[in-house]
Amino acid sequence: MNFGVYQALYIVSAGCFILALKWMSSPATSRRGVLSGELGMLLAIVATLLRHEVVNFEWIAAGLILGSAIGVPLAMLMPMTHVPQRTAISQACGALASALIGTAEYFRLKPHGFIMGALVLETLLGFLTFTASLMAFGKLQEVLSSRPITFKGQNIFNLGILGVAVVLGGSLVVHPENTLVFPVFVGLALLFGVLMIIPIGGADMPTVVALLNSYAGLSACAMGFALDNKLLIIAGALDGSSGFILSIIMCRAMNRSFTNVLFGGFGQLQTSAAGQEARPVRSASPEEAAAILGDARSVVIIPGYGMAVAQAQHKIRELHDLLVKRGVDVKFAIHPVAGRMPGHMNVLLAEADVPYDKLVEMEDINSEMAMTDVSLIVGANDIVNPAALNDKNSPIAGMPIIDAFKSRTIMVIKRGMSPGFAGIDNELYYMDKTLMLFGDAKTFVAGLVKELGSNHA
Amino acid sequence: MNYEFGFYVFMLAAFLGFELIRKVSPLLHTPLMSLTNAIASISVVGAILISGEKDASTLSRVLGFIAVVAATTNLVSGYLITDRMLKMFKKREPAKK
Repeated sequence: MNFGVYQALYIVSAGCFILALKWMSSPATSRRGVLSGELGMLLAIVATLLRHEVVNFEWIAAGLILGSAIGVPLAMLMPMTHVPQRTAISQACGALASALIGTAEYFRLKPHGFIMGALVLETLLGFLTFTASLMAFGKLQEVLSSRPITFKGQNIFNLGILGVAVVLGGSLVVHPENTLVFPVFVGLALLFGVLMIIPIGGADMPTVVALLNSYAGLSACAMGFALDNKLLIIAGALDGSSGFILSIIMCRAMNRSFTNVLFGGFGQLQTSAAGQEARPVRSASPEEAAAILGDARSVVIIPGYGMAVAQAQHKIRELHDLLVKRGVDVKFAIHPVAGRMPGHMNVLLAEADVPYDKLVEMEDINSEMAMTDVSLIVGANDIVNPAALNDKNSPIAGMPIIDAFKSRTIMVIKRGMSPGFAGIDNELYYMDKTLMLFGDAKTFVAGLVKELGSNHA
Repeated sequence: MNYEFGFYVFMLAAFLGFELIRKVSPLLHTPLMSLTNAIASISVVGAILISGEKDASTLSRVLGFIAVVAATTNLVSGYLITDRMLKMFKKREPAKK
């Protein structure tokens, strides 16, 4: 192997990716991290175009232009609340690319042994990640029902499909000339991707997206082995390991095991709880709620996905400013899995200019909850559900929660009494000290802001 | 056998990935996820190699072309949205009086 310009550029590019992840670890340097990642990718593309095997540029140019034409609006027009969906759909594109390259390589070379093994792994992971990411997108976007769908013997059936796909893949390694086997193998991989997501409820989707990210990385890595390209191996392995550890961090935050997420069928136990509907709750108007908030000494705001949907973060920041001006101690309690992505709430509140030091993580805020006058829950449900602590049979049993129930008064802004993403009823709403504030989060908070602003600042 | 070398590279990079990510604050998990998602679009390299081949078959050309489009979509949108998110983190302190 001779060492030329493109190999040198590949090495610099790999370094850029490593620096990108390193700089990503702190908000102060994170944008530099993105820049470094972009530079790495640019170098990788330029270096590849310089390779002497690459002679036909029209198709590549057309592809790059078309891809950018789709990618730019996808990034710029998506509202911030849709970040998880965007990640899922963009992941589907990446995985599809890697799977198609594997397919093209197979039909071109029909290689034996090690390279074929790498191609099988690449296409298997690529195609299953493709359909799985599309399904995850559908569930997050609520095009598909976010409820898990389970049937008897599902795990065995799914594993059976995967097993057959693996066996076919194995047979291709030995007899790559059986070109008819390949489409069947691809079909099974695509099918498994769909089946894999069907039993997973919407609440677990972020974990799954992180895991699929890891698969997409490993697929790129397998491509690196097939094409003998070290840059692909490095970038793929970085992506694979980071996606994996991220999904583990998220599982830990929900106190659920990995297998539980993948095979659990979160939320399917719910039908039994349908009996007791009309239990009394106390509700309050914006005027009443504003008066209580204005007189409180300490307020903890607990945001959830509802805040994201209603785009209420800016109004909440105004509320925060008004309360602070009155001398109220206001903090935000951030549950690690609030919203649909880890750190989802942080992004939205940062967008609304809420100061950093006001965002307190779950472990640190829980010791203060008993001394808090008002917990204001904005569109959060499962992450404050005491059933996680009290009810061993609850599907979310054992998940750490923010102890909102300990505070002196609880206010819940919610559109209606419908259960949350995990599909379970919440005891918290029926407590004597709980006030339900029914309405759209943004409109309601705007009402609170108006009240507090008008009766003297 | 060059594969042995490849496995060493894989192992070192995987460990490096673990170590780098463990230190990232939960605050940045969402941008991190979209950044690693963007890095996964490195498959664009393979896509270019396939579609740029001198005498590629029609099948290779078509698959390669779709792969270039898909990988570029992933790449462009991944980086742009990560940067858009991080821009929001940037401006918080000075804006607050």
